[in-house]
Amino acid sequence: MKFAALAAGAVAAMILGLAVGATALTPADLLAGLLDPGGRAGIIVWDLRLPRVLLAFLVGGSLGVSGAALQALVRNPLAEPYLLGISGGAGLGAVAAIALGLTGLAAIPLAAFAGAVASAAVVYGVAAVQGSRLEPRVLVLVGVVVAAFCGAITTALLTMSEAAQLRNAFLWLMGGFGAASWPAVAVFSGYAVLPLGALLGGARALDLLSLGDEPAHALGLETESAKRLVFVATALLTAASVAVSGMIGFVGLVAPHAIRGWLGPLHRRLLPAVFVASGSLLMLADALARTVMRPAELPIGAITALIGVPLFAFLVRRSLA
Amino acid sequence: MTALVARDVSVRYPGAGALAVEGVSLAVVPGRLVAVVGPNGGGKTSLLRALLGAIEPERGQVLLEDRPIRTWPARDRAREIGFVAQREEYPFAWRVAEVVGFGRYARLPALAALGAADHAAIDRALERADVRAFRDRRIDTLSGGEWQRVRIARALAQEPKVLLLDEPTAALDIGHEMEIFELIRQLTDDGLASVVVTHDLNLAARFADTMVLMARGRTVAEGPPATVLEPRRLSGVFGWPLELAPIDGSPQVVALRQPRAAPGGS
Repeated sequence: MKFAALAAGAVAAMILGLAVGATALTPADLLAGLLDPGGRAGIIVWDLRLPRVLLAFLVGGSLGVSGAALQALVRNPLAEPYLLGISGGAGLGAVAAIALGLTGLAAIPLAAFAGAVASAAVVYGVAAVQGSRLEPRVLVLVGVVVAAFCGAITTALLTMSEAAQLRNAFLWLMGGFGAASWPAVAVFSGYAVLPLGALLGGARALDLLSLGDEPAHALGLETESAKRLVFVATALLTAASVAVSGMIGFVGLVAPHAIRGWLGPLHRRLLPAVFVASGSLLMLADALARTVMRPAELPIGAITALIGVPLFAFLVRRSLA
Repeated sequence: MTALVARDVSVRYPGAGALAVEGVSLAVVPGRLVAVVGPNGGGKTSLLRALLGAIEPERGQVLLEDRPIRTWPARDRAREIGFVAQREEYPFAWRVAEVVGFGRYARLPALAALGAADHAAIDRALERADVRAFRDRRIDTLSGGEWQRVRIARALAQEPKVLLLDEPTAALDIGHEMEIFELIRQLTDDGLASVVVTHDLNLAARFADTMVLMARGRTVAEGPPATVLEPRRLSGVFGWPLELAPIDGSPQVVALRQPRAAPGGS
């Protein structure tokens, strides 16, 4: 029943995402476009909006699942994928590519991905220095520090850039699905299957990890290898998300929190629901990004932050009360 | 038949100068309850961690069914040894039955859901620990005594042969203390091999078959409570004058007031 409601919400968000934008489509236009890919509405629906809506769904779902997994790993419901320092590295990679004038189709996403993976590796390397034991709280602190370092280099690069590059870099950093395409959808889904599968398959390990090292060990979990697996999977998912859509914060925080209150914290139930819910949220945020300043587009990262930050503050206050 | 045995075990934490546990031996036998007692920092919890295989001893061996504990895969070990840690705080509000269900994870194939046998084991564990009435309650609504019993139920759902408990009655009132120890005693009488680390000498004296008195990482005395609890020995170990007053045939420890005023009080 609850899953049916989530699925219905996702379909509704998808239809809305197909209908709104620079050119608004009536339900009749939308139906005609879906049935006739070659027509005027068909081109808008099939070539522009459908890949965009699907990519938003997949990226949103990935960020949501990463967030839920990370919250179990660091045993804190307020954790977020961007706390791992991944966004800073991705931003640095992308801005470096833009500053160097690398403009090939895949250059910026690849550079962002490389930056994200590199910064995650640095975070891991620094945080895991005491033997092989991974202390989640240290992980988050190191993530913040590495992100700040990447941010400093990014700022220096931006300062040296020309105006046009600066604008491109800025828009990229704030995130968006304006460049979505069918190949991007295909590459992202092919890539995300593995880390998503690892996290969904590791749902019970996430249950145990969230109890803490000692109980998890006693209940039969190889804690260190489980923690490494969760870190690598969330880092890869987040890196790919940032690479295709820029920095979109707070999706990985809001959806897991809401769904946990609704379905309970058992990850086997939680993760699939979070995937659908945060995918739907990002489709809605993208629809909003295309309409509030029509025909201009607002960066989607600005929208999720405008909604997410007050919500985050509210959740922090409530958790302290 | 001995389920779990520590042979001359020494434990040193990385970077620490002194040994946390020094040359301790211990046998854990089905139907017998061992109580490990002693002052704070005496090495009780470290010994328990070594028994659980959570830390590698610097010297000596811990054997579970004659195999070194650290060579057991985590899942296999979790089917043999149930453990209740001193304190556990969870970030999420699980339901009681879900928490007890965690005890089954070591027995589940990779992607399988809990099956009929698992639900039956969960029900038995809830029943046994007397927490069935609130199986659907959220854990953040439980009292301290209820939470302890839920965690014992979780260990029972593992269907272990050995039960290790670290301070299971810390911060509980006297009624709940008795409730927990009566439960541990019953479970042991029904065939579990149990070790309980506790600060409560009197409960240990009344419920345990064997007491191990530890101080500064070493075993000071070991045996039936009546032989271990000796006023002069206890006063020395705890650094405070202690006397014995028997109740129900077991010695009970009473701490005496100091005759003089506290130094610096003038």
